[in-house]
Amino acid sequence: MDKKTLKSVLALIKPHTGFVALSILCAVLSVAAARLIPVYTGDAIDYMIGQNNVDFSGVLKKVITIAVVAAIATLSQYLMSLCNNKITYFVCRDLRGELGRKLHSLPISYIDSHSFGDLLSRMISDVDTFADGLLMGFTQLFTGVVTIAAILVIMLVLNWKIALAVFVLTPLSIFVSKFIATKTHKYFKKQASIRGDETALINELIEGRQVLKVFGAEDRSLSDFDEINDKLQDAALKATFFSSLTNPSTRLVNNIVYAIVTLIGAVIVVSSGNLAGGLTVGGLSVFLSYANQYAKPFNEISGVVTEFQNALTCAQRIFEVLEAEDQPKEPENPLTPPVKGEVGFEGVAFRYVKERPLIEGLSLDVKSGQCIAIVGPTGCGKTTLINLLMRFYDVDEGAIKVDGADIRKMRRSDLRSRYGMVLQDTWLCHATVKENIAYGKPDATDEEIVEAAKKAHAHSFIKRLPQGYDTVISGEGGNLSAGQRQLLCIARAMLCYPPMLILDEATSSIDTRTELKIQAAFDKMMEGRTSFIVAHRLSTIKKADLILVMKDGKIIEKGSHEELLQKGGFYKRLYESQFAKV
Amino acid sequence: MKHLKDYLKFYKVQSILAPLFKMLEACFDLTVPLIVADIINTGIANSDTAYIIKRFFLLLAMALLGLLSSFTAQYFAAKAAIGTSTRLRHDLLKKIQSLSLKETDKITTSTLITRMTSDVMQVQNGLNLFLRLFMRSPFIVFGSMILAFTISKSLAWVFVGAIVLLFIIIFSVMKLTNPMYEDVQKNLDKITEVTGENLTGARVIRAFSREKKQAEAFDSVNTGLYSSQIKVGKTAAVVNPLTYVVVNTVIILVLWFGAKMTDSGLLLSGDIVALINYISQILVELVKLANLITQIGRAIACMNRIGKVLDTESSMEYKENLLSEQSGEAVRFENVSFRYNESGEEALKNISFSADRGQTVGVTGGTGSGKSTLVSLILRFYDATEGKIYLCGSNIKDIPKEALPKTVSAVLQKPQLFKGTIKSNLLLANPKATDEEIWNALKIAQADDFVSAKPQKLDDPVEQGGANLSGGQKQRLTIARAILSNAKILILDDSFSALDFATDAALRGALKTLPKDLTVFIISQRVSSIRNADKILVLDDGALVGTGSHGELLESCEIYREIFESQNGKAGE
Repeated sequence: MDKKTLKSVLALIKPHTGFVALSILCAVLSVAAARLIPVYTGDAIDYMIGQNNVDFSGVLKKVITIAVVAAIATLSQYLMSLCNNKITYFVCRDLRGELGRKLHSLPISYIDSHSFGDLLSRMISDVDTFADGLLMGFTQLFTGVVTIAAILVIMLVLNWKIALAVFVLTPLSIFVSKFIATKTHKYFKKQASIRGDETALINELIEGRQVLKVFGAEDRSLSDFDEINDKLQDAALKATFFSSLTNPSTRLVNNIVYAIVTLIGAVIVVSSGNLAGGLTVGGLSVFLSYANQYAKPFNEISGVVTEFQNALTCAQRIFEVLEAEDQPKEPENPLTPPVKGEVGFEGVAFRYVKERPLIEGLSLDVKSGQCIAIVGPTGCGKTTLINLLMRFYDVDEGAIKVDGADIRKMRRSDLRSRYGMVLQDTWLCHATVKENIAYGKPDATDEEIVEAAKKAHAHSFIKRLPQGYDTVISGEGGNLSAGQRQLLCIARAMLCYPPMLILDEATSSIDTRTELKIQAAFDKMMEGRTSFIVAHRLSTIKKADLILVMKDGKIIEKGSHEELLQKGGFYKRLYESQFAKV
Repeated sequence: MKHLKDYLKFYKVQSILAPLFKMLEACFDLTVPLIVADIINTGIANSDTAYIIKRFFLLLAMALLGLLSSFTAQYFAAKAAIGTSTRLRHDLLKKIQSLSLKETDKITTSTLITRMTSDVMQVQNGLNLFLRLFMRSPFIVFGSMILAFTISKSLAWVFVGAIVLLFIIIFSVMKLTNPMYEDVQKNLDKITEVTGENLTGARVIRAFSREKKQAEAFDSVNTGLYSSQIKVGKTAAVVNPLTYVVVNTVIILVLWFGAKMTDSGLLLSGDIVALINYISQILVELVKLANLITQIGRAIACMNRIGKVLDTESSMEYKENLLSEQSGEAVRFENVSFRYNESGEEALKNISFSADRGQTVGVTGGTGSGKSTLVSLILRFYDATEGKIYLCGSNIKDIPKEALPKTVSAVLQKPQLFKGTIKSNLLLANPKATDEEIWNALKIAQADDFVSAKPQKLDDPVEQGGANLSGGQKQRLTIARAILSNAKILILDDSFSALDFATDAALRGALKTLPKDLTVFIISQRVSSIRNADKILVLDDGALVGTGSHGELLESCEIYREIFESQNGKAGE
């Protein structure tokens, strides 16, 4: 077990020390009280020797004691549950809250380099497993340990000989369950691997059901499926059956212990002849109920240990995220240069991976109102420049200046508000159309929103949506086409009307006719504004003041359209392959 | 639930024997307190050590018998539960495949996958538990009660009262907490959604400096989850203490009245030990039962969800009778309109056209103009809402299910391959194809080069979803697959998008070597892919706005001209 993780977990619990202390106190109280009841029960039975030989005042005393003790046990049990719930869910909320905030302070590079599903499962299932482990740990580990201790003490006090017998025999059940667990492990592994295969096949068959329909291959695929399904049946049967032997087997051991306690106890009672100092019938009944209870916490604790180990593994995964380095802090005295729309690259070097140089010594001087086009084949790293402009990534060397100020000396929100951005990725949030368009300017009036939508040619389809501008867009946007989503993103950027524009394949999902129309709006928007455009349309590129040609992540050529054509380099080849008639 | 009964019919013997053996085990368990009472009342009372030892071996024998019957029960339960889940998965897949896309679209892919995987798992686990324990726990509870009656009738009534009370407690708490657990689940779903949104939208959120707002939104969802968890925790925590109160009350009553009865000679002290034993056994079983009911409740919910899929009726009917000789035009649409769901807008509006045998038909139009919907109708993924569709002279609804793939074949937009080998993927279209035919199809699809460069050629493995192939390679394999089916109509829906210009041109040239009477539909947004077609259909917003050759359409169809110009600059350039 990782000590550091354990420490971090303890640090999480620290603010709730009061609850933890109360919980432990309640655990000790409730368990001790509960274990004492059989003792008093046994005492009470000992007052009933036979016909006309019952000490009623003794019985009454014991009965009252039982009532009091039971009340204490009940109350402390409930209190303990409440405490444990509180601790667990508090910690859970704190963790999720921290994770939620952390997502916004992590550098974009972290999010880019981790899979979406992985981060999501850390946030959801890992926190859950951690919480379950914690709750189980608190409830069962405490009570389990206290129970064993209490029973041991009471049994030793009552009769050390039988106590010893129980003590020696009980671990047997743990060995038995361990033995079965290791034996069945291989069946479980086999089951897991076949189930993985089957799930993969199910995914394929359901996602590819159109193809299967086209070729009428449903029946054939069903028989493929049956083959693996039958294999799973076989493996699952073995795994389930053999693992289900654990409980009966440990029960057998417990029953044997029980029988032996009965035997030894009865023989002692007989030999001591109900004499004081020996074992009484009541005492035997106490022993029997303990023999029953004693084994249970052992099984539970071994379960808790596995659960706890799981929880710690999950905690480790969560802390990995929480302890990841944040993006650089905001400057103490941020610069706020007046908005002009000038961008300068001064000897910029940047690489995603240390070993692979990408951008080296890039210098650029973009004047207010200029248009910069970035071209190159797919996957050449056009987005890298945008990452640097928006300060999603920091440069390794040199500096990028906006309106004369190093962007690292500006507040991020100030820098980013100077740009309007439309990306190829059409992210919208789960909210109404209206809220999505006003995402960058929450105080926009309805008129402004409609105006922006009209400019983006989104108005006509929005009107046709069931609730128009108040239609809620689902997160993954099942109800809108990719093109419609992109139009909304364009409207979103148009509403802000920022001094500079970044358009990254902003029209890739829109058909060429609509694109032409939007282009007019873009052109109008770009008028007098500095813009950076990643595009595939020749007309846009031709108009640009400066074209940056990228290949394999590097800027290999720069210049105007004519200059680059004359140069006869990569741009010329690219131009010919993409735009010349085939 | 009615489905589950049907499935258990297959495992009648097992699902009767499993609980029976479990009850047998319970019987052996129940005798233990009786034997112990014997030891105390007879063995100890008479100081008869031999008797005590005899009874001790009886105890051991009972334990052993209990183990054996338990093993048997576990085996039968596992057999029935796992057999049922295996059948369920088979039937689900069969059902899903028999449904038309109209139904499966509505249920959604991810739901279907969940039904077949985790839902079936839950049912299996629930059923296994049910068969093993659902009989045992009540049996022990009621068995203990009945045995209590054999010891002392009057004291046993205390047991009856207690058991009724305990059942009421357990069930009412469960009734209270069930909707609360659903609340927790809903809140958890919200957390998942918001987190996903924050992850995928990281760039946009930062670009608009909305980090704080997003974090606030998350916090409120997180607090919602917390409150719902605390709420359900508070209620659920009541069960154990309340049970405890009831059980201890029983103990007190048994002791007090037991003392009176012992005094009057109606009871022996060993009997009281036995009674106390029974009440603790009842306690243990009831706690188990409470946990069990939660799990079974979950399994039932899953079974109901599965049942909904199994009960879905396919909206598509197929004719059984054999098709008479197919003749006439390859495809004919007569006033076809289509909407995906009753309330939605028309995706296709009053479309009429025909395509002759051997013709190449181009279909073009903007995003969302209905191109792919048209394809879906020719493939009979859906039935037209209005109008009629004829394939090779027959109404599409009269073509038997098996005959349809021989009539029309397609390359869909998303190149879908399955885990296996290159060959197994190609044979999907035609299991009887020879290697020669396969290579021929690969050649036309411009895929022979890269396949023959593979170490195992046709037998080279294809990973799930074709992950080990590039987009262009996948697309070419799906084209070869469609060619191999030898259907009379071949549809290529945006099938050249991942190909470079040279391959695209070579492929279109090679398509001409296909049989003369093959009708080919090429669906594309790019005019260059379809300009040489015999006939071009221009769709706009679901309506057919132009039909004709490239030259005719440039003259007559404004939208076609706009599409052409948007891709090539002004005409004549």
